[in-house]
Amino acid sequence: MTESTPAVPAEEPVVIEVERPWREVWRMFRANRAAVAGLVTLLLIVLVTVLGPFVYPVDPFAAAGPLLLPPGEQGFLLGTDQQGRDLVIGLLYGSQSTLTVGAAAAAITITIGILFGALAGYYRGWVEEVLMRITEFFQVLPPLLLAMVVVLLFSPSIYSISIAIGVVSWPATARLVRAEFLRLRELDFVKAERAIGARNARIIWTIILPNAAPPLIVSAALSVGIAILFEAGLAFLQLSDPNVMSWGYLISVNRPQILEAWWPVTFPGLAIFITVLSVSLIGDGLNDAFNPKLRQR
Amino acid sequence: MSALLEVRGLSVEFDLKDGAVSRVIDGLNFELAAGRTLGIVGESGCGKSMTALAIMRLVPVPPGRIAEGAIRLAGENLLDASEARMREVRGNDVSMIFQEPMTSLNPVYTIGDQIGETVRLHQGLSRRDARDRAIEMLRAVSIPAPEKRVDEYPHQLSGGMRQRVMIAMALACRPQVLIADEPTTALDVTVQAQIFDLLKELQQQTEAAVILITHDMGAIAEMAQRVVVMYAGRKVEEAPVDEMLTNPKHPYTRGLIACVPHLEADPALERPPLMEIPGVVPSVAELGRGGCPFAPRCAEAMDRCPQDMPPETAVGEDHTAACWLYSATEAAA
Amino acid sequence: MTGPAASAAANPPPDNLLEVRGLKVHFSLPRKGPFAPAPKVHAVDGVSFDTARGATLGLVGESGSGKTTTALAVMRLAPVTEGNILLNGQEIGPLSGEALRRQRRHMQIIFQDPYSSLNPRLRAGEIVRAPLDQLDVGDRESRDDRVAELFRLVGLRPEQQALFPHQFSGGQRQRIGVARALATQPDLIVCDEPVSALDVAIQAQILNLLRRLQEEFGLTYLFISHDLGVVQYMCDDVAVMYLGQVVEHADRVSLFREPLHPYTNALLSAVPSADPVLRDRASRIRLVGDPPSPIDPPPGCRFASRCPFAEERCRAEEPALRTIGEGHRVRCHLVSDDGVPPHRASN
Repeated sequence: MTESTPAVPAEEPVVIEVERPWREVWRMFRANRAAVAGLVTLLLIVLVTVLGPFVYPVDPFAAAGPLLLPPGEQGFLLGTDQQGRDLVIGLLYGSQSTLTVGAAAAAITITIGILFGALAGYYRGWVEEVLMRITEFFQVLPPLLLAMVVVLLFSPSIYSISIAIGVVSWPATARLVRAEFLRLRELDFVKAERAIGARNARIIWTIILPNAAPPLIVSAALSVGIAILFEAGLAFLQLSDPNVMSWGYLISVNRPQILEAWWPVTFPGLAIFITVLSVSLIGDGLNDAFNPKLRQR
Repeated sequence: MSALLEVRGLSVEFDLKDGAVSRVIDGLNFELAAGRTLGIVGESGCGKSMTALAIMRLVPVPPGRIAEGAIRLAGENLLDASEARMREVRGNDVSMIFQEPMTSLNPVYTIGDQIGETVRLHQGLSRRDARDRAIEMLRAVSIPAPEKRVDEYPHQLSGGMRQRVMIAMALACRPQVLIADEPTTALDVTVQAQIFDLLKELQQQTEAAVILITHDMGAIAEMAQRVVVMYAGRKVEEAPVDEMLTNPKHPYTRGLIACVPHLEADPALERPPLMEIPGVVPSVAELGRGGCPFAPRCAEAMDRCPQDMPPETAVGEDHTAACWLYSATEAAA
Repeated sequence: MTGPAASAAANPPPDNLLEVRGLKVHFSLPRKGPFAPAPKVHAVDGVSFDTARGATLGLVGESGSGKTTTALAVMRLAPVTEGNILLNGQEIGPLSGEALRRQRRHMQIIFQDPYSSLNPRLRAGEIVRAPLDQLDVGDRESRDDRVAELFRLVGLRPEQQALFPHQFSGGQRQRIGVARALATQPDLIVCDEPVSALDVAIQAQILNLLRRLQEEFGLTYLFISHDLGVVQYMCDDVAVMYLGQVVEHADRVSLFREPLHPYTNALLSAVPSADPVLRDRASRIRLVGDPPSPIDPPPGCRFASRCPFAEERCRAEEPALRTIGEGHRVRCHLVSDDGVPPHRASN
């Protein structure tokens, strides 16, 4: 019998060729300039948010100068708002609540979404039936109203707001995860796991879930953006923690003077816009990086 | 033999990512007369399907291009024809059946629309006449109740039915040349037998020349009169079917025939190990490195094989092979 | 090497590794309307067979014949509606949980598609090692040695453990699948179309490997294929399936030399052949139409709608699986008791 020659010649150092799938994703991501710009911007925002309070250890709600001072005057780079608060300080401290809520709400969204989607897609049958009916129930409720109710039920705080946003946005993630599980559970490598006696928990969490990760990561990035917008919206409706500075709050309190003073509304709005845009660009970049058709180019 | 289709020195090149150029088809020659069937065999990645695309002038440009050669259909060189002329040729003079009947049919149009479109496009038939032609074609490919089926959508048909519809579409304009690229690999054997019978019957009626691309020597034996064996974009052997099956010369051809367990009417009790062709087909990037491309997998390779490309040599009556075993006396050009 | 022919007797000899009795796998489809009965797919409908230890039983048939579902049910990867599955004399049909897990080391499976059967996120070594970890075979170090040994056994180099599946060719990936199936030293390996996704030249490499391993370790194979040439080469006994039932079952020589069921005969004559004797066989039968769907099958013989010899009785009364001669089983009214098939009788 002829022994077959392996496709990799013997003298080649085999290990060097190994490119972890993630490294390939990173290579593809780097090739997308807009996504890299988004990532750099977001990292800058995070850096400023973390360092800001150390550089300016002040109360963001305290008046710092005259009311409605235009940008650049008397040393106030972005001017002051209708209560004389420094907008630079307002933006610095406001990003804290924006980013925290964005991340926490996205985490809640993803967690509930994965739990419901994975169990429904893997077990099928009555489990799927029950879980998907619950999902649909949450999906048909008007999200803003539901979030407002949740926030009003508990007193507005970063926690209640994150929970409110998470609770209204998980159904889309659950459907996505379920669809991935339905597709992957039929593949032979999942059957092979059952054939070697793997328990359901291992199959769900360590075999199927990592293979469902690419669309999930993209969707997570996008849900961060949506959560930030949601947080701003709730704050604008005065449904935010009154003791925590936030961009939406700044817009809301300065709204009546918008015709006399544009800056206290515009700068927080711009901050929200730039943050959401960079998150979306990252999501877009991840989407391309995970798309095998684009990868081959 | 007056050839209807004549392929001479055909070469197809592809630009690779790193700027290198790969010759996926290299100096291919063959010819085919009306009413005859030529089989092209080889493993996947041997350039069989690319040959079909080149004849249809459907090689994706870029990154590919037909580098040189001639493809003459009834004397007209298709490589010199304008794109407008090629649109007339495709589907009308030369048509093609693909491997996967599900993805080759458009799911949002009825099968009648899809068969009719070809004849309306090429022969200017009216909508009503095109529908009549579609029904006539469905009947010709033995689809029961064609008047009813003509208004159905692809998903309402079984795999075998869909492949019949593909054949009906390909033959609707009575092409001179029909290229069938692995037309039955997705089908069950009993349905494959029906499709082969149908193709033979229609070929007798229309006098079409057929190119059958497959990896199955049995299918070739049933369908074709001549065989071309391809390896790494080159023709390694060509002969009439019976000669090829009983007296294969090139080590690759011998391997292809011996490595498959053939169904026997009276199976022997002893079952010796199958002959193996070790290794795998060279990748696109490995093509054109000089020397015989089969040499790394060849049990009979000699010192000169990896260096010099063997020329096509006559090894019998109407039988050629490109192998140094048979042209050892000649010096390399 | 030829294994002993599977016996159809009521009291099977103890050297049968696998015994399947009256296996049924039925699925319900979603109902068409709120009050319509849910259509039932009779994917496997009363299948019985034995497989002798160290032998290969082939299951052949067209798509929808239930051959793959039978194999998956034997592996307990498809739900068993009814029937008994005995592995090593032990009933595994009703097992679940830990008890089923303990049996899994004795039976493993090789899949058709070498691309979808390997987890793209795991290294080759991790894939082959997984059965040992999951089923607690040996200790940590002995598992490392075992994985390296398995790589060598299937013709791969142990260094290749570090590679990911996409870095292997199709044939090499199938070798990884074989190594995984071999890891726990099972008695039974189900081979579900193990070569049909591979290139012709690669098929021989895998088939030779499977036969070499069988000889070396005394493996028993349940070999599913639609390629009759491959089945004839690999199998000691062959069961032909049609719409969820075994229609003929015999040792390889009698099945291919003397096919009794009209369907077996049609299947054999449909294979395109390079052998002029086979091509010109006088009794060559051409079937019309596609195999009917296994949803709510009609009464009578399931093959009657496509059978060129079908009579009134065939459409009304379902034929039993009868034993004719030496363990040659056939499910057809028209085969005479002394084994004359209808395509011979009409000549």
